[in-house]
Amino acid sequence: MSDRRASVALVTGASRAIGRATALALARSGLAVAVGYRSDPEGAEEVAAKASADGGRALPISIDVTEEKSIEGAFTRIESELGTVRVLVNNAGLSKDGLAVRYPTEAWDATVNTNLRGAFLCSRRALRGMLKARWGRIVNIASAAALRGNSGQSAYSASKAGLVGMTRSMAREVAIRGITVNAVCPGFVESKITAVAGDELRQRYIEMTPAGRFGTPEEIAGVIAFLAGPEASYVTGAILSVDGGLTA
Amino acid sequence: MEITEIQERVSKILAENLSVPEEKVTPEARFQEDLDADSLDLVEAVLALEEEFGVSIPEEEMEGVRTVGQAAQLVASKLEPSTQA
Repeated sequence: MSDRRASVALVTGASRAIGRATALALARSGLAVAVGYRSDPEGAEEVAAKASADGGRALPISIDVTEEKSIEGAFTRIESELGTVRVLVNNAGLSKDGLAVRYPTEAWDATVNTNLRGAFLCSRRALRGMLKARWGRIVNIASAAALRGNSGQSAYSASKAGLVGMTRSMAREVAIRGITVNAVCPGFVESKITAVAGDELRQRYIEMTPAGRFGTPEEIAGVIAFLAGPEASYVTGAILSVDGGLTA
Repeated sequence: MEITEIQERVSKILAENLSVPEEKVTPEARFQEDLDADSLDLVEAVLALEEEFGVSIPEEEMEGVRTVGQAAQLVASKLEPSTQA
């Protein structure tokens, strides 16, 4: 079993919502956490400060997962300031809804580049250190939309379903080296995005969810922290729904 | 750097990475058949070689490499520009 006190986690897109809750949960579990952000340094600072106030160790890190140079720079900095990344949470994602018939190519590219290609590039880089360490955890944040269709979300669903396929293949490649690769599929979760959705839409989402409510970021983060931890050593290639029964 | 020196260092790294005795890692040794290396072992070995020699070995160029000697040649070809400089 690895010494988790010395372990380092990178959470991409960690300045808010699920990423924020995950960074805080991992810091509480004793990991040094790189709080990845692209456009919100203040948010990442706040997360790092809160993690530190709770007795953890955290460092805001600028990382644009669509840019290989940015990824390399972020990993180099994390390696020199915290250590080798042993836990990677591919959380950075974006969602732009629109019906397929008029959906802009640029929006498709941006969605797939961030949600799928970005997770691949970060994983590829992180695997170097994990293979050497003979220990690692990759958790990909997919979505219930990877498992069931959503009108207006062709690009988003495709990117998240791609992430599920990548999770399974990568899990098989590296299982022999003590590295697990899993995906979490959240349902409707309280966030800035769902907060701006109209009351009517919110009500519809709630009616679709057997649990009768939105999930909280902390409820997703708890599952991610489990998969990132030593107790989950025999869980790999799993696609775990955390959705209040939405896809049950 | 002399090719013999490169060969020696390559063999040493491969022996460590593939967990085989150094005397088995001769230039003629074939990765799959003689050293029992699978694709993941090979990828790790290449990563280690890249790190040791400070070179970059594209995946395509590894495709034809079957023996330790071929791997050493490939590393040597990557080193040439910098040794001339």
